[in-house]
Amino acid sequence: MKISVQKEDFDLGAEVKAISNNSKIGAVASFVGLVRDVQMTLEHYPGMTERAIEKIVGEAKSRWQVMDCTVIHRYGALQPNDQIVMVAVASGHRGDAFDACEFIMDYLKTQAPFWKKEQTAEGARWVEAKTSDDKAAERWK
Amino acid sequence: MKVKVLYFASLREKIGKDAEEIELPVGAATVAALRSHLRGRGGAYENSFSEKILLRAAVNQDMVPPTAAVKAGDEVAFFPPVTGG
Repeated sequence: MKISVQKEDFDLGAEVKAISNNSKIGAVASFVGLVRDVQMTLEHYPGMTERAIEKIVGEAKSRWQVMDCTVIHRYGALQPNDQIVMVAVASGHRGDAFDACEFIMDYLKTQAPFWKKEQTAEGARWVEAKTSDDKAAERWK
Repeated sequence: MKVKVLYFASLREKIGKDAEEIELPVGAATVAALRSHLRGRGGAYENSFSEKILLRAAVNQDMVPPTAAVKAGDEVAFFPPVTGG
């Protein structure tokens, strides 16, 4: 299991390959989140961020067969079309891999301490949390 | 008792600092009580910690509800709802 909160970009292909090296694994589901057409800065709470992601992954492991998993979330300055976040889950079968991957993303959105500040023509503004994200996380309860 | 309080994102900007030590009065032993103590400091604190503002809190780096206990030496963080991912 790998959890990384980093400034640097990541290579999804390399990360997927790294968790596929086991003949019992039949499925790897992955997700990549991208910056839309804005410049932004991502702030986080060092220490708590890693801890929160570990808890989310632990919860996913208790619900589905997760044989390996990688979560990478970037912080700092990001440009349009940059990669922000990736989740990859390796499992025996696709159902568990898909569900665990989506669950981890939904919980990341509401539980991991990251905040986006967008640079717009009118100046910088903090992005407000969406109730749709809370609803997405709640449906797993 | 003393606790370390951290602020993040828009809250950090409104308060004008990212961390401080707070001496809590006897009886203020929950996150809600600490929040109310901070609101009572007036100025930027009064607006930032107003009951109308939606804030989340963490004690020792775990997200907690307002009823959570706070004890001497704890690291208590306040921040707006998160927007990562």
